[in-house]
Amino acid sequence: MSAAETTTPAKVPPPRQAPPPPPKDRRPRGQRTSGGALAPWLLLAPCLLILALVMGYPLARLVSLSFQKFGQSQLWGFQPAETVGFDNFAEVLGDGEFWAVVVRTIVFAAGAVVLTMVIGMALALLLQRVSGWLKMLINIVLVASWGMPVIVATTVFKWLFDSDYGVFNALLSKLPGVEMVGHNWFASGPEGLAVIMLLVIWGAVPFVVITLSAGLTQVPKELEEAARLDGAGSWGVFRFVTLPVLKPIIVMLTTLSVIWDMGVFPQVFVMRGGHPEPEFQVLNTYSYDRAFVVNDYGQGSAIALITVLLLLGVVAVYMRQMLKIGEVE
Amino acid sequence: MSTLTGTRRRRNPRLGWNLLGLLVFLVAGFPLYWMLNTAFKPAKDAIDPDPSLLPTGLTFDNFGRALDIADFWGPVGRSLVVSLAVVVIGVAVGLLAALAISRFAFRGRKIVIVGILAVQMVPLVAMIIPVFLLLNDLGQYDRLTGLIITYLTFILPFTVWTLRGFIVNIPKELEEAAMVDGCSRTGAFLRVVFPLLAPGMVATSVYGFIQAWNEYLYALMLLSQKNQTATVWLGNFTTKHGTEYAPMMAGATMMAVPIVALFLLVQRKMAAGLTAGAVKG
Repeated sequence: MSAAETTTPAKVPPPRQAPPPPPKDRRPRGQRTSGGALAPWLLLAPCLLILALVMGYPLARLVSLSFQKFGQSQLWGFQPAETVGFDNFAEVLGDGEFWAVVVRTIVFAAGAVVLTMVIGMALALLLQRVSGWLKMLINIVLVASWGMPVIVATTVFKWLFDSDYGVFNALLSKLPGVEMVGHNWFASGPEGLAVIMLLVIWGAVPFVVITLSAGLTQVPKELEEAARLDGAGSWGVFRFVTLPVLKPIIVMLTTLSVIWDMGVFPQVFVMRGGHPEPEFQVLNTYSYDRAFVVNDYGQGSAIALITVLLLLGVVAVYMRQMLKIGEVE
Repeated sequence: MSTLTGTRRRRNPRLGWNLLGLLVFLVAGFPLYWMLNTAFKPAKDAIDPDPSLLPTGLTFDNFGRALDIADFWGPVGRSLVVSLAVVVIGVAVGLLAALAISRFAFRGRKIVIVGILAVQMVPLVAMIIPVFLLLNDLGQYDRLTGLIITYLTFILPFTVWTLRGFIVNIPKELEEAAMVDGCSRTGAFLRVVFPLLAPGMVATSVYGFIQAWNEYLYALMLLSQKNQTATVWLGNFTTKHGTEYAPMMAGATMMAVPIVALFLLVQRKMAAGLTAGAVKG
């Protein structure tokens, strides 16, 4: 999914030039020979059909499931699914564990997003200042770590943070007075989630850096110079010139990061060997757990639906930004 | 004098930034390095509580062991079949849709665009329960076809959106010139637009391939153990005797290297193609 977003920022036009008015319908309608009004819909048909079948239908089903009692016996067809109104929601929302999961997910996502954006911005600025050869080396490493399959990255981090033979503990123990060999990072929820957050950030930063770097090349040099002449320091230039110019890209990256980091699944799931302990549960693994481990598909769907609703606001901001970018063409 | 201090002042900060940059390079690249380092070192050196940071020897034993522990080529073959099918169908269907929204002005165009963008935003994990039930009802559980159809939905929106980007960058005038010279609309597309679009399509295909290849959750849930794909193969990498880390890193290397290489190739091409178009304004 990330790939689509990767490409869009590059299309942000330099803000200084006003886009020329789009030449709408220059040609008289009669010149459109083949198909007329039907042609575009025929072209769209296969795409819309697939999306409706495997996206639209399950989405509707997700909503209906969340209002049903649906367990093992309904799955095998021994009993018809019965509608239970808001029972699933009431049960979920009345459960203290659910709220703990919500808070944990939000804290995790907020931490990951803020760190990703700050580190990403810092690295993008740093890349502008280092020598060419180093810039190339860093770029290769960034793109390579970006391209790493999540499962591979998770496996590698599991090994880095292994309690007995992990290189991280060995390196920490080299510091005077620190003895970390044998320390189990996953014995406690917060520490384990910090490691998982590090993994998420490591995977997410390259995309942010590369996108912001592309954006930085579009910051008009004249503006920076003018600000400097007016007495702005480097912080002033960054705060009053660079940031405002980059704002659309930053909004887009932040909303995307929120959506992705609220939705971490494989990192937690694989890191905990397929059975995350209660103190590792985030919304997605919790919903999975309800559905496929406890076999309460109704409640699992209710949790998934609540997650979607929680994200709706962020998605709206993202979509508005994308449409704004799209309109300029 | 003033020039001297000037150059010195310029050079010193550059040195500082470079040192910082070098540190970033080492830290960001370390997980990759350590994966390769562990994969190629003798297994007994891998379980050293105080591991040497430099390579201790070069061996391919870990790769042999990784191939022995569980069937490797079966999962890889299945991943290949699924990813290729998804890409071929996805790009064909996506191209048609991208043409519609980029080359035709029609009522409802904007709604279609918003819809496609919105579909992309639906968290896939939330959909696993109903998709699982749907495929179960259709008798597609544990079938590769079921997985292919499912992957299509998350490849399609991105394919349409990216291809649209490539198409709008090809001037309409080229097509019109061909039509003035007597080509039909389809002919103009096949002879003029298609060749120009080919590099973009290749890049989009490779990208889609990587996405499908890397997917984990659906592959885990929709296929049984005997039909597992490559990512699941790696996810389950623990033997009866505990985790053998060196072979596991060898497995990770086998999974990562082709994908990262593909990604390195395509990432630049996609970015370049799109920036070139953006400058046109």
